[in-house]
Amino acid sequence: MAARFSKDSADRRTDEPPADPDLLPVDPDTGPIDGTAPDADVFAVRAGRRDRQWRVLAAISLGGGLGSVARYLISQALHVSPGRFPWATFTINLSGCLAIGLLMVLVLDVWPPNRYVRPFFGVGVLGGYTTFSTFAVELRTLAAHGSWGIAAAYALGSLLGGFAAVWCGMTLARLIAGLPVLRGREGRRG
Amino acid sequence: MTVLLVLLGGAVGAPSRYLIDRYVQRRRDGVFPWGTFTVNLIGCLILGLLTGSAHTLPAHVVTLLGTGFCGALTTFSTFGFETVRLLEDGSFREAGLNAVGGLILGTAIAALGYAVGAAL
Repeated sequence: MAARFSKDSADRRTDEPPADPDLLPVDPDTGPIDGTAPDADVFAVRAGRRDRQWRVLAAISLGGGLGSVARYLISQALHVSPGRFPWATFTINLSGCLAIGLLMVLVLDVWPPNRYVRPFFGVGVLGGYTTFSTFAVELRTLAAHGSWGIAAAYALGSLLGGFAAVWCGMTLARLIAGLPVLRGREGRRG
Repeated sequence: MTVLLVLLGGAVGAPSRYLIDRYVQRRRDGVFPWGTFTVNLIGCLILGLLTGSAHTLPAHVVTLLGTGFCGALTTFSTFGFETVRLLEDGSFREAGLNAVGGLILGTAIAALGYAVGAAL
């Protein structure tokens, strides 16, 4: 598993600002300014930060393109006629929910912090893979066909099934990592 | 060719969501995920417009902007994750508003976009 992410560690190279890059915050929202020595070139630091933000956007873009192609290929394979239950989008969205539940526990609680893993896999691949707009347009189409029962089943099934899938993914990741399955209200985000 | 259009649209749509999400979220307090909520509704409007006017548009425009861009601009996985996280944190009201509001507003805006697109 870890081998798949070696690219990310390779991305942390020496074009970082003068302060020790491994001690700097990894959240792109918090720049390296705080960890920088007082005599460091502030413009060089800002350039480094901007450069990293472009690389984060590039990771999201690449992931989004790949996720979108995966969604397109599945929707081609599972062709659905208008007025029928949209199995393709349903399958895509539920599997994406399962995957993001797994991913977020691993990213936030298990794996060491990394600047590119969540942008690439979470924002990019899974964001590009799952879709809310197609879900909404399909509901409109079902309603326009008078298929209200299918529309209701699709809406409720996607929402409840999606939330259940996220929860299953999170629970599975917590079980694998040996973390407590239930997170209390006093958890990290308070 | 079609796959390339989807790839290109998705490669623009996903970072667009990230930037809009951060822009909206920076201007909002509280736990409600306004960023994802807003981006999803924008995507529903655009895809509704495209679907409504699909008969007058070239097929590859619909593929690029609809399947690629709108598909990646909107997200169901983050929507699901944020709702479950609100539930875990005990913010049941926000979780319910996010889920039901997203469903009703998203479908209504997609229908509005479709009607406008069909009338154009």
